[in-house]
Amino acid sequence: MDLAMDFPAFNEALPETILGLSAILILVFGAFRGDKGMTSISALCGAALIGAAFAAAWSPLGTAFSGSFVSDGVSVFAKVAMYIASAFIIVLGQGYFDRLNNRRFEFPILILLATLGMSIMVSAGDLIALYVGLELQSLALYVLAAFRRDDAKSSEAGLKYFVLGALASGLLLYGASLVYGFAGSMYFTDIAAAANDNMNVGLIFGLVFVISGLAFKVSAAPFHMWTPDVYEGAPTPVVAFFAGAPKFAAMILLARVLETAFLTEIDQWRQVLLVLAVLSFAVGGLGGLMQKDFKRLLAYSSIANMGYALLAIAAGTTQGIQALLMFFALYMVDSLGLFAAQMSLQRKDGEPVTRIDQFAGLAKVNMPIAIAITILALSVLGMPPFGGFWSKYFVFGAALSSDLIWFAVAGLVASVIAAFYYLRLIKLMWFDAPVVEFGKAPLETRWIALASAAFSFPGAIVFLIFGSVLAAAAVVGFGAH
Amino acid sequence: MTAVEPMTIGLVHYLTVSAILFTIGVFGIFVNRRNIIIILMSVELILLSVNINFVAFSSYLHNVQGQVMAMFVLTVAAAEAAVGLAILVTFFRNRGDIAVDDASMMKG
Repeated sequence: MDLAMDFPAFNEALPETILGLSAILILVFGAFRGDKGMTSISALCGAALIGAAFAAAWSPLGTAFSGSFVSDGVSVFAKVAMYIASAFIIVLGQGYFDRLNNRRFEFPILILLATLGMSIMVSAGDLIALYVGLELQSLALYVLAAFRRDDAKSSEAGLKYFVLGALASGLLLYGASLVYGFAGSMYFTDIAAAANDNMNVGLIFGLVFVISGLAFKVSAAPFHMWTPDVYEGAPTPVVAFFAGAPKFAAMILLARVLETAFLTEIDQWRQVLLVLAVLSFAVGGLGGLMQKDFKRLLAYSSIANMGYALLAIAAGTTQGIQALLMFFALYMVDSLGLFAAQMSLQRKDGEPVTRIDQFAGLAKVNMPIAIAITILALSVLGMPPFGGFWSKYFVFGAALSSDLIWFAVAGLVASVIAAFYYLRLIKLMWFDAPVVEFGKAPLETRWIALASAAFSFPGAIVFLIFGSVLAAAAVVGFGAH
Repeated sequence: MTAVEPMTIGLVHYLTVSAILFTIGVFGIFVNRRNIIIILMSVELILLSVNINFVAFSSYLHNVQGQVMAMFVLTVAAAEAAVGLAILVTFFRNRGDIAVDDASMMKG
């Protein structure tokens, strides 16, 4: 290929090139077609994501742009998972905005741009790529959260997410400036050398700011305050997006910063991550107990789940990173399925079913969806043999081999608390009388919910066999290990 | 009588100014309970304080990367202000007010 010969960097960055160019071209196409072209634009964006996923799987590993861009096994694993998840979100969003009669062609393009940002995040090799990727993702997500601009809750969610997100970006950037100043370089590998020689207060200060900024993006406690409000207010397909891919990207970025640039200082940052993990367990577990809104419940559940992911990073080993990859691959399917299931429930008059007590008696009306929600809820709370159990199994394995046994116990306790609110949901669905009249479930949400449930139970067993091999191969040589 | 030594402005001075600006920005977000526009201004203040840091370090280290980063930060800050104001406009259209305490439809 001529292009590849003239610009060798585009071999490694082929998926990003595909996403960036197609986002621009599709945007121009959309500007001419207008909102009536949303269906074809969704299809084009989906095709771009699938193409980028293939490109990511086959593009060569290595570094590009003089070390700013790293393509390794972990980034490829994450990219393929994120691209597939984003494609499903485009399908969900297309149906959702169709039914609201509120088609706008920017939606799939914004998803595409957010995915491009996440893709740069997981491949960041220096602080500039870190910041640019993070902001590209965040700016697209702020707009997506406020996407229903005629809806007061959606615009409030967007505003809250924007204000707190901008603050978090500011914290992260201040930390990055200190790290740059005291290490003398933007590159993670050079920072690692400087940190190894002379770990001074400035670097630690900067590192703590960077961790805080990223902890906000993954909604780990005590930086979680935006999560329930944004989950409740933002359009549901957007929330389904928030719950999976962006958090995966931010976690990989956190792992990369910590284990490339600061691996020698593991004793310093491990404490910070463990505190965040335990707080997330506590807030996610206890906060979920009194929620009445289904999406707020899932928000607290996701806060608790981020605790497990932080625990996997805190292990500080390649086994921990492998656990992180498996955890997110399984968790993203569960959360996508739960949101799709919620979207497939609507009342006869077309109003969405959002409160948990409205789920009562679902099994009598719509058995398949009730089974799907049951499987997914059991999976998220970590019941064997569902997917969520295996994701936590990997995390606990990594934590135990790094002597973090009491933190694994804290995670188990959080699971038990989460069991309370998920079992209450299951009891409502199967044993109580219906309180609302359910309408017909939309086609695509029903299929995505059922497929996620099928993935979570028999599918996860199959996935474990080759997924864990892939993840084990992906983490070889990650960071400074 | 000896001449007073002219004071040189060094790295520490820049870092101090930047730290003060950063703190003002963060407090502007948390303490201000009146107006969301002020929050947007505080965010800008934070980003600009970071820029002072980057440029000061860049000149101190004789390393150009910090100045490149400052350019990126300026660009992103402009985009961020545009997005923030756009969201603020939709909020205002729905609510007719932009007081911070008003943004409380969802609680719990």
